[in-house]
Amino acid sequence: MPNLKDLKNRIESVKSTRKITKAMQMVAAAKLRRAQDAAEAGRPYAERMNSVLGGLAAASGGSNSGPKLLTGTGSDQTHLLVVMTSERGLCGGFNSSIVKQARVHAQELIGKGKTVKIITVGKKGREQLKREYAENMIDHVDLSDVKRIGYNDAHKIAHDVLHRFNEGEFDVATIFYNRFESVISQVPTAQQVIPASFEDTADEASTLYDYEPSEEGILADLLPRGVATQIFAALLENGASEQGARMTAMDNATRNAGDMIDALTIEFNRSRQAVITNELIEIISGAEAL
Amino acid sequence: MADTLQFDLVSPERSLASFQATEVQIPGAEGDLTAMADHAPLITTLRPGILKVVGKDGTQEFVVTGGFAEISAEATSVLAERAMPVAEATQEVIDEVFAEFAAARETISADRQDALNKQVADLNAIATQLGLATKSA
Repeated sequence: MPNLKDLKNRIESVKSTRKITKAMQMVAAAKLRRAQDAAEAGRPYAERMNSVLGGLAAASGGSNSGPKLLTGTGSDQTHLLVVMTSERGLCGGFNSSIVKQARVHAQELIGKGKTVKIITVGKKGREQLKREYAENMIDHVDLSDVKRIGYNDAHKIAHDVLHRFNEGEFDVATIFYNRFESVISQVPTAQQVIPASFEDTADEASTLYDYEPSEEGILADLLPRGVATQIFAALLENGASEQGARMTAMDNATRNAGDMIDALTIEFNRSRQAVITNELIEIISGAEAL
Repeated sequence: MADTLQFDLVSPERSLASFQATEVQIPGAEGDLTAMADHAPLITTLRPGILKVVGKDGTQEFVVTGGFAEISAEATSVLAERAMPVAEATQEVIDEVFAEFAAARETISADRQDALNKQVADLNAIATQLGLATKSA
């Protein structure tokens, strides 16, 4: 049986852990709000961009003369996976769920004899994928110095990805991130960005636009921006999801610490009572022996 | 006939403006144009430049770089990669864009160099207009 002093120390240590997790939960809640606002603010741009690009793509669709970003390179031999995770841990299953999905995807592609290349964004995903796919990883984007994700960060990633695409390093690019559903639910999502696919949001009665410069010119100008926008939106969703996941995880941790403290306190009281009873028995039997 | 149109200016990070305007002067890639109510539907890409919006509270000016504008009879939406009110366009901001262009120069193909030179010239034009320092390409 652990002695009283040990128990007391344990209770103290669990109490300070609870303080830390509680603080982290509150910090995550504050950051979540900000991340959610950012995601919200970015939505109109992304939606417009998507609908215009969708319209343009549909207009020039079918023809094989379209830009490569839209039609693809004509093969799908080499796949690029952009895996977006967080820079910090202690956020429950957030990182592992993205990594798990990316891993399943990669396995499937490798099984089909395709070449897989991986770019990781965020330290945690890299650590997890490094073990299995060290030779597939071609780059890593470090966002640990970035306090607030801006369009610039997404732009840099997109620029890098597009550059590699133009060099013919891969045929298909997919991004992996967690879509923010609610504080308690984040959905790991795989989204193909190259060749670009747009949900068909253009309704039939959409206005016929004049284009300046030509449709092709606009498409060539906008597609790279579209890719950057999709990456930016994914980063924002991911940011909000990370804070949501951390908040939930820390809430659970705080509650568990509370339960543990209760259990330990009961044990502590019982042990103390046992010691007292023991001492009493000793005194009484000593007195009787006289 | 309505004499105002719904004007929206959004950047990836935030929505900068949304109100009724009488005219919007857009720095289009092929030349400046002014959108008023009942303009024919048009989508144009932007060059770096100054966007002027005339509303009932007077004229507002924004610096925009890259993106596109969607014009229809009732509304004009400008989606700019980077947009800010003229007052926020300080030397640092301009320098940052210059640096970005310089970095882009390293990676783009030869046939896009001309387009980039043009963008740098456009940016210099903005800088001059705002009384800021310019940079040679």
